[in-house]
Amino acid sequence: MDIGLPHYLAVGAALFTIGVLGLFVNRKNVIILLMSIELVLLAVNINLVAFSAFLHDVAGQVFAMFVLTVAAAEAAVGLAILVTYFRNRGDIAVQDLNLMKG
Amino acid sequence: MDIANLTASLPWLRPELLLTSYALIGVLIGAAYREKAAGVLATLGVLALAGAGVLALLAIPGKPQEVFGGALVIDSFGVFAKALIAFSAAATLWLGADTMLRAHDRRFEFSLIVVMSTLGMLIMASANDLITLYMGLELQSLGAYVLAAFARDDARSSEAGLKYFVLGALASGLLLYGASLIYGFTGSIQFGDIAADARHGDVGVVFGLVFLLCGIGFKLSAAPFHMWTPDVYEGAPTPVTALFAAAPKAAAVALMARVLFDPFAGLQAEWSQVIAAMAALSLVIGSVAALVQTNIKRLMAYSSIANIGYVLMALAAGPQAGAAAALVYLATYLPATIGVFAIILAMRRGGHLLDQLEDFAGLAVRRPWLGALLTVLVFSLTGIPPLAGFFGKYYAFQAALSAGLWPLVVLAAIATVVSAGYYLRILAIVWFQPPVGEIERPSGAVAITAGLSTFLVLGVLSIGLGPVARWAVEAARASFGS
Repeated sequence: MDIGLPHYLAVGAALFTIGVLGLFVNRKNVIILLMSIELVLLAVNINLVAFSAFLHDVAGQVFAMFVLTVAAAEAAVGLAILVTYFRNRGDIAVQDLNLMKG
Repeated sequence: MDIANLTASLPWLRPELLLTSYALIGVLIGAAYREKAAGVLATLGVLALAGAGVLALLAIPGKPQEVFGGALVIDSFGVFAKALIAFSAAATLWLGADTMLRAHDRRFEFSLIVVMSTLGMLIMASANDLITLYMGLELQSLGAYVLAAFARDDARSSEAGLKYFVLGALASGLLLYGASLIYGFTGSIQFGDIAADARHGDVGVVFGLVFLLCGIGFKLSAAPFHMWTPDVYEGAPTPVTALFAAAPKAAAVALMARVLFDPFAGLQAEWSQVIAAMAALSLVIGSVAALVQTNIKRLMAYSSIANIGYVLMALAAGPQAGAAAALVYLATYLPATIGVFAIILAMRRGGHLLDQLEDFAGLAVRRPWLGALLTVLVFSLTGIPPLAGFFGKYYAFQAALSAGLWPLVVLAAIATVVSAGYYLRILAIVWFQPPVGEIERPSGAVAITAGLSTFLVLGVLSIGLGPVARWAVEAARASFGS
């Protein structure tokens, strides 16, 4: 069986869906939220690289590099905020994110 | 892109280069002098932001200039938006840094993060391909996440930061997924090439566009992507809330306008329904939910959601009228919001900032001047003529009517009446309830910012709005007039 663009896009779409669902379904741990975010960004990267190879255009791979870099910065900021949150609350359960209604 | 293109491009980016130099030199100064540098860096930061606004205004191109091989575009629409962003950021940084220093919070990083976040906003306003769009947006957002959690010892602030981060990262993910689909189905990341290809209305492109609009709608805090706004506004330190309420809104509106009117102008039939629906939801949710708030920061959050509804209503009208009306609306809305936040920052008792609505009781008795300024600013937000806010709403309504969006206009008119309810409730508390305690003397920065924004709302903008509006119309025609 030939592996073509639709297969890569299907993997990307599946990863993206798992990531988004992980954000909404998960009620336990904020670390899992960070992992889900990372999954969403990786799904985007699969899409970008697959399109880039399919189109014979290098822009998509450059874009993927930028996304990787920003994802690293984002994880750093996210973990830093998580640490201050943990120091204040002593817990990182998602259902405790409720000091403010909404 | 060759070296000649690079050297020809650099002079167009003077505002961004100024902010970058400030941030890089500021990091060094801060690393060397730590807390001692906080005051100097704040002053320099305000000057750099105001200077960036002036530099942007000094170089208005006649026709759009693509720089850096088409990664950025400098046009009069972008310059108008950049001036609004830079001046609002300067005013709110002045307010914020002044409040932090008064509270003996001498962390020098505050000014640096604000300036770098503003740099991201300027890049958003002139993005001309998908990578630049994403990088500008992330530079703005990463700074904003940190600022929301800036009060490290306050559980509410770190919770606000965490919520903002998680939802913001999800929005970035949606936006990126949309960008990847747009790239794949049009074969280019350049807005110009996307515009040429998107006319065919490929379903993949439309799909990507919807994801992209969801992501930008989140940054705009447009309903139904507004869930984070009240919590983040309430939890973040008040000086940071003032920052969030002004410049990032202008940047997100500029980005939204550019995406809709430049690469996807050919798909107006597809996106106008989406934008109109977001506008209607924002107007209803913003106006109705604000009625029951008891915290002034939450109330201002819902007020900003409703105001974004008017801007989106203008944008739904299509390129020229929409972009012009959105610019005029921002030019009238931003001074009023900054002024209101200046007065919220003036509400101090025993060294603590107050943020409950009931704390405002009798403000007009204790501090008549603050009460009077707040009255003018709130009247402008309500849209009472002849204040500036009325003209902003007038242009938005006119743009929507000219595009035949009359159901939306009727809804917006009703929302205006409802919003008058909560705006006037603030004034009733300020004027007619007995005072509950002393209010400390406001600092110079707070008094001057509140006075200046009232002056803009009252005199210069309402009498001198003609030139501003003419300029906005010309900017919209020069940028999106093809």
